[in-house]
Amino acid sequence: MAELLIRNAFVIDPLSGIRGEIKDIAIRDGKIVEDTGANAEVIDAQGCLTLPGGIDSHSHVCGTKVNFGRYMSPEDMRAGRTSRKGVMHVTSGYSVPTTFGNSYRYSTMGYTTVLEGAMAPLEARHTHEEFTATPHQDMLANTLFDGNWSVMEAVRDKDVKRAAAVVAWTLAAVKGFAIKLTNPGGTEAWGFGKDVHSIHDTVPHFGVTPAEIIDTMIRANEILNLPHSVHLHCNNLGVPGNYQTTLETIERVPDLHARRQTLYLTHAQFHSYGGSTWKDISSKSEDIARMVNARPQVAIDMGQVMFGRTTTMTADGPMEFKLYMLHQNKWSNHDVELETGSGIIPVFYSRKSLVNCVMWAIGLELALLTRDPWQCMLSTDNPNGAPFIKYPEIIALLMSRRFRDRESELLEPRTGHYVPLFAIDRELDWYEIAVMTRAAQAKALGITSIGKGHLSPGAEADIAIYPLKPQEIDPSAEYKQVMAGFGKTRYTIKRGRVVSRDGEVVVEGANSTIWTKARIPPELDLSSDPEFVKKFEQYYTVRMSNYPVQDVYLPRGVCIGTEASL
Amino acid sequence: MKVEDVVCPFCGCLCDDLVVEVEGTRVVSVENGCTLANEKFLGDNRLTSPIRRAGGAWQQVSYEEAIEETAAILLDADRPLLYGWSGTHGEAQSIGVHLGELLGALIDNTSTVCHGPSIMAIQEVGHPGCTLGQVKNRADVVVYWGTNPIDAHPRHMSRYTTFADGFFLTDAFLERKVIVVDVRKSESANIADEFVKIEPGGDYAVLAALRAIVRGKRSLIPSFVSGVSREQLFRVADTLLGAKFGAIFFGLGLTMSRGRYKNVRNAIELTAELNRHTKWTISPMRGHWNVYGSNEVFTWISGYPYAVDFARGIAFYNPGETTSVDVLRRGECDACLVVASDPGAHFPRACAEHLARIPTVQIDPHVNATTHLARLQIPVAVTGIDAEGTAYRMDGVPIRTRKLFTGRYPSDTDVLMKIYDRVKEEKGHG
Repeated sequence: MAELLIRNAFVIDPLSGIRGEIKDIAIRDGKIVEDTGANAEVIDAQGCLTLPGGIDSHSHVCGTKVNFGRYMSPEDMRAGRTSRKGVMHVTSGYSVPTTFGNSYRYSTMGYTTVLEGAMAPLEARHTHEEFTATPHQDMLANTLFDGNWSVMEAVRDKDVKRAAAVVAWTLAAVKGFAIKLTNPGGTEAWGFGKDVHSIHDTVPHFGVTPAEIIDTMIRANEILNLPHSVHLHCNNLGVPGNYQTTLETIERVPDLHARRQTLYLTHAQFHSYGGSTWKDISSKSEDIARMVNARPQVAIDMGQVMFGRTTTMTADGPMEFKLYMLHQNKWSNHDVELETGSGIIPVFYSRKSLVNCVMWAIGLELALLTRDPWQCMLSTDNPNGAPFIKYPEIIALLMSRRFRDRESELLEPRTGHYVPLFAIDRELDWYEIAVMTRAAQAKALGITSIGKGHLSPGAEADIAIYPLKPQEIDPSAEYKQVMAGFGKTRYTIKRGRVVSRDGEVVVEGANSTIWTKARIPPELDLSSDPEFVKKFEQYYTVRMSNYPVQDVYLPRGVCIGTEASL
Repeated sequence: MKVEDVVCPFCGCLCDDLVVEVEGTRVVSVENGCTLANEKFLGDNRLTSPIRRAGGAWQQVSYEEAIEETAAILLDADRPLLYGWSGTHGEAQSIGVHLGELLGALIDNTSTVCHGPSIMAIQEVGHPGCTLGQVKNRADVVVYWGTNPIDAHPRHMSRYTTFADGFFLTDAFLERKVIVVDVRKSESANIADEFVKIEPGGDYAVLAALRAIVRGKRSLIPSFVSGVSREQLFRVADTLLGAKFGAIFFGLGLTMSRGRYKNVRNAIELTAELNRHTKWTISPMRGHWNVYGSNEVFTWISGYPYAVDFARGIAFYNPGETTSVDVLRRGECDACLVVASDPGAHFPRACAEHLARIPTVQIDPHVNATTHLARLQIPVAVTGIDAEGTAYRMDGVPIRTRKLFTGRYPSDTDVLMKIYDRVKEEKGHG
């Protein structure tokens, strides 16, 4: 029995109601326990901030488009590289690091669980291959259904059970975790170079609207009793004036779940724009936050933009093409038959660009104006808004008005006229940051019951100890220390084992992949449904028997089984 | 025993609908396969055991001895090259890259003499592509440029393009226009709706002319561009612009003729330009069944699709410098491990001569041209026949190849893992 005792830890564990107290944490065989024996290995945390391992609920780190981001960008690979050292493999890349690069950087920042934001079912095997090469984090995959033909046909037929059956079959086949809708309907329209421009536009050939897809999938999700809610990338991403689409979308969301949100809206920053062109774009964060505050059934993540170079990548193919028209830099696109699309372009967010400054402000405003931190998670939609290594800087900005004011001096001078940021006094505290970086994610993803995001007995011993003493430092003034502290843990512990220490990775690691399987009545099993089988025989280019991801791709798979209410 | 939905490990089409009949450890019949597939499954003359060159003759050695000697050669080398990888599964490729970082070796795959220039072009301007099913279900215009699928990818036209009915085209052969662009009238050109014959080396100019027309600059076009008449160029451009969904497929006619990666860049930029008007995609016709997999695996581990040099500890990539042909021509390498490819048949003479001078070890099921340059050869199971693993189709779709029977050969993964372990034992961590 491997035992570990962390003493003198300044623990914030929001899900257990612990808001900051000096405690010991006992660990046995990878789990939190009440106490350990006399022979336990001891770590003295010396009053340092100790949190459950960080959880990223929306990040692009593994799979077809991420790897294509690397493939097409030797300039990005050159911009961050380390050699093989000890147990660490070679790493390359700044905004789209290699899998080991992502894994080590997350690990040294105290992150132990990461959700890949977009997996095309047809290419799921690729995502799982990269998951096994991301050894320090447990991984989950959002599975794309935005342009799924079988789903759209079920929506057209107003058959929510059938939509649920498609989801159940697909998630089990591709070992996915949750339903992701990226610009629902828009990715199918992009198959012929078109897009949808409101949630009431009709998707060509299928005769359904984004609103109908969203409504149906929300209900299908809850019928299947999946741990997470529908995870939505709204229509009209990045379009000036799009906040109205976002508000309209949120207004439709019913409250169907007692313990978590009914809809997760990802990278809300990109969906909170006023104005009508790039010339008069403005922040509508107040409208969005007001709506979120009034609707406990929704949760958002920030999608914060940070200045500098990065790579944008999304299943939203038409949006990437629009971005390409704007930047005129290199552009990749990859449509996936019967399912979805994707696009990639590199970008540079500049302090000299008014538009970029407005974007930067909106993300922070959303976090500061959303009253309940459980409803707004910290993210950059890595790497779309910025690479995740910018999280410590974002934390510091949220905790320090002084830091924000100092930054404001560097921005395009007109920025203040278009954003409310500099009128906001709120400074987030340690507890709120703990919520926004792990506890809220665990709750939103529905994985607290498998021991994620908290430190109560029975939980997974995923722990981050930061070199920060909350009782001694004032984050409002000492924001540089806050930034440095969140950038490099003193210890990152994964399943009871120290995996990195002071920025050095100390073990090779072995992660798990978490997926969901909803049990449905046999009459709804699509394995032998003639219409569904026909899709494979006539339209897919892969045989149905070669489509599912074999167990061998998940050497340490963790299946969350559910019972569908059908 | 008949096995259904078998994945063919020959070309980048990665057809997965073969029916293969197996008796014991022998394939006796193949249904749905093209001639290349049939040859791969049925004409399987394998080397029976590891062999080592001893003076002028070959002697049989055990696997243990061969693996030990391979590890010793690699450990002894100052500048080892690990080459090939396109004819094996992803798991073996992954061990190869890790072996490369452990040794500080240079690792490269067959893209280096194939679609390497396409990758360089993509790195400059990106790649608007799609999965093959998008083409099958939607494309009303298909262009084959510098490629002859009937010979090189025999089922490409029937599974994905010309003859493949799809959701939006119920009678594809009649509803879909096929344009073939080449320097000679190939078999594929014979069944095309339009054949564009270009003078050798003229691809860049013809692509540039089409771009100009698409941009509305018809008046700039001379009466002939590289042997193609202005009238035909206008007609072709109108067809491209009139498509609802168009797909360009290109081959070595673009990557390995005058202009090389600039040709591909021009073709990609034509595609991007066309997307301002309608939907177009472009895709390289990848040759080996898992060459794209080697690009993928190399990339997620090292950051680069091919020509990765670990000599400095970090991953370093500079095609023209770190590409196998260049390194061998400079006589830089002092040992080479060849896995699942045949550089003896494909490399320039000077490179092959260098391979013959240095200790070259080949891991491959069959005797091939490289055998004649090698010091040692280790036969392995054939992925897709008696070994399984992941392969990436030319469009990036990953498919798991099947193992049809358990034979007496170890897989590439088995042999490479043993070499890796042996090297790691010597090198330790750090």
